[in-house]
Amino acid sequence: MIPEGSLLAAHDLRKTYGSTPALDGASFSVHPGEVVAVMGPSGSGKSTLLHCLAGIITPDSGTITYAGRELSAMSDAERSALRRSDFGFVFQFGQLVPELTCVENVALPLRLNGVKRRAAERTALEWMERLEVDDLGAKRPGEVSGGQGQRVAVARALAGSPKVIFADEPTGALDSLNGERVMELLTEAARSANVAVVLVTHEARVAAYSDRDVTVRDGRARDLEHSV
Amino acid sequence: MSIGHTLLGLLESGPRHGYDLKRTFDEKFGQDRPLHYGQVYSTMSRLLKNGLVEVDGVESEGGPERKRYAITDAGITDVSQWLAQPEKPEPYLQSTLYTKVVLALLTDRSAADLLDTQRSAHLRMMRILTDRKRKGDLADQLICDHALFHLEADLRWLELTAARLDQLAKVVAP
Repeated sequence: MIPEGSLLAAHDLRKTYGSTPALDGASFSVHPGEVVAVMGPSGSGKSTLLHCLAGIITPDSGTITYAGRELSAMSDAERSALRRSDFGFVFQFGQLVPELTCVENVALPLRLNGVKRRAAERTALEWMERLEVDDLGAKRPGEVSGGQGQRVAVARALAGSPKVIFADEPTGALDSLNGERVMELLTEAARSANVAVVLVTHEARVAAYSDRDVTVRDGRARDLEHSV
Repeated sequence: MSIGHTLLGLLESGPRHGYDLKRTFDEKFGQDRPLHYGQVYSTMSRLLKNGLVEVDGVESEGGPERKRYAITDAGITDVSQWLAQPEKPEPYLQSTLYTKVVLALLTDRSAADLLDTQRSAHLRMMRILTDRKRKGDLADQLICDHALFHLEADLRWLELTAARLDQLAKVVAP
């Protein structure tokens, strides 16, 4: 049921909002260091799948296994702790704390995990350098461009040494040149650090940076490359 | 692509041998489809016959004779005209994919599966091109981007058609 060697796997997920089924028997898996694109039309259930996999929402039924542990068997506090220690997130926009500088934003996951400020900011700057935004450390999110802000967000997602990054339309608000650069840097950094990426996108050019793609249609996930 | 015009254009910077022309062409434009020697020599004889190039010298250096070609004034005018003339936009109105979708609907086969399989093949190719783009230089990036944008357009059509299959089935029903 769980594909061998997978880090995160979901089986037969079902989730209904009112009378509308968002997930209707969706299955999914990702291996360490693998980038998997989740594609599908609007309203197909791809964001719901991502939120279930990340433990943000609980499916009505089905199983999600992360590193051999069943997510549904964990308490809310355990799931929150797991999200902080093992997961990183990149969203379309509005994810950086506007009152903090960029380096403080990137250091935030480390600070929340108890790392001291100087050490956290040192690590943060290393990641900002990888994402080519180390010169923006002292600026606040409102003072940088959309593309730069998104690179800062990617640096923040990676700074806490996550095992999985969940990226929901990470380039949705960027022009194609900036979007592609963000994807290039995100996938390169993730692969070299052996971090798995679950990438929700409706853009084929963005999905082309993945190793594999699954399509969600009517709440079901299809992996054509592995089913044919 | 017009091989004749491209070879003529390459000659504008100075006379070259056939072999040299082939090598430069392959390097700049022929990554996936290098020219055959036969193509180069037949093209050069046509250009020679039409007065667009002339033989600038013949060398043998102990081996077979090698002609060096130079572009003529008429050749330069021809290149200018070719560059100034816009390429005909391809409307792609006769699409094999559309035919396949309609046939699937008419014969009670799954058009949705057909579209999904095609989608997957397109994405696989886009992944290969994206990887090549990532590892390549600017020329590679631009060549791959051109192909990627076309594949993306196809994909959008596949999505749109998948969403309209029920409607299409009614329209094409016998």
